[in-house]
Amino acid sequence: MGTREVAVIDYGMGNLLSVRRGLEHCGATVTVTADPDVILSARLVVLPGVGAFADGMVELRRRALDVVVREVSARGTQLLGICLGMQMLLDESDEFGTTAGLGLIPGRVIPVPSTTADNRPQKIPHIGWNALVLPEGREDWENTLLQDVKLGEAVYFVHSFAASPTDSDHRIADCLYGGIPVSAAIGRENVFGCQFHPEKSGEVGLKVLQRFLSR
Amino acid sequence: MRKIRLIARLDIKGPNLIKGIHLEGLRVIGAPNEHALRYYRQGADELIYMDCVASLYGRNSLGDIVENAVQDVFVPMTVGGGIRTVEDAAYLLRCGADKVAVNTAAVANPKLISDIARRFGSQCMVLSIEAKRIGPDRWEAYTNNGRERSGLDAVAWAKQGVALGAGEILLTSVDREGTRKGFEISLVRAVSQAVAVPVIASGGMGKPEDVLDVVQQGEADAVAMADFLHYHRGTVGDIRRVAQAAGIEVRIHGHA
Repeated sequence: MGTREVAVIDYGMGNLLSVRRGLEHCGATVTVTADPDVILSARLVVLPGVGAFADGMVELRRRALDVVVREVSARGTQLLGICLGMQMLLDESDEFGTTAGLGLIPGRVIPVPSTTADNRPQKIPHIGWNALVLPEGREDWENTLLQDVKLGEAVYFVHSFAASPTDSDHRIADCLYGGIPVSAAIGRENVFGCQFHPEKSGEVGLKVLQRFLSR
Repeated sequence: MRKIRLIARLDIKGPNLIKGIHLEGLRVIGAPNEHALRYYRQGADELIYMDCVASLYGRNSLGDIVENAVQDVFVPMTVGGGIRTVEDAAYLLRCGADKVAVNTAAVANPKLISDIARRFGSQCMVLSIEAKRIGPDRWEAYTNNGRERSGLDAVAWAKQGVALGAGEILLTSVDREGTRKGFEISLVRAVSQAVAVPVIASGGMGKPEDVLDVVQQGEADAVAMADFLHYHRGTVGDIRRVAQAAGIEVRIHGHA
């Protein structure tokens, strides 16, 4: 017992209150912190964030938290990145020029397609509820944070860029935007990331957080 | 893929959830967050909080109410009423709002739209337009809860707002608001066709079937409802079922 302590990394980007409340609702004891010692001693770590990729990396580095997050990953601690926090797990991003990320999951961050599969323009950012689907080649969500999510259940997205993992095994879930698959969740060993906001996705999102807490 | 969003709208005055007709003659309904939780559990896709006396800070203020709502409501929240500066917007976002809705201050100073959009992203910046019919297919934008004329054509103002960075339009028909006569379809269609961002139709929902007209003919991306839910005339689930039966795509909700 008492093992549901979660450190939510505070690096000045985005609304941490909702993430904190979502985790607490699922039974976690949450510390919102920028303290490396607290982060490194937590059993579970969440890297949240809303905003531009380059700004996020600057803010992480300014607090030397890029090193801390890599160390969290190296120690095998369960790490969940949300939205921008997920994108920063990758090698680099194409948002406003190329910016290096944390490199914990091989791949890059690319723009959400601005035209549909049948070549019509579509709205960017992609905002709203969209269904989670299996990426090509994946058969189920067993042993991932999406284990309790049913195919086609919708979650809430707000983004203009999305992950493109190099290794298709790291691609856990997609959503379809204009008929084109866009990465919705990625994962590699103890590192997991979701593009959608589990803390804003109603009961489906809470199931994802609950699963994270039980790891 | 276009899922129509079903949004519960909560108009707030001081500590109370209120409801009027044409945004006037306000009646107290109850405690806002009790209702918010009820709508969340019914499967509302989003919540909108609008403060009609524009009290952002302090005890029983809008910020306070939002902070409390975030404790139990895990869907996006749009918050408006009295936002005058980028700092006001930042404060409400810190309280847990996902988007801010601006009307009066944006009319007075349209640059506020671009300032908020640049700082937090267009997806955060909702332009709230309170429109009153002034002629056949002509509407004027009003400010201060439908009380004051702005001189702006509602459709032209919507276009200008989007050009400045508004990521969404919350379009309230003052004429229909609280009347249960159905949405003002021609207004919603005029604005939806004029802008490329989502339009939330608000004001006038009397029965679940009204949603079909405003989506199919009015081209609304989302519908806001208040009176219908507050007075227990029906649930979000009732609307979802009617929409689905008519072939309108909505989010599936487990408890529906």
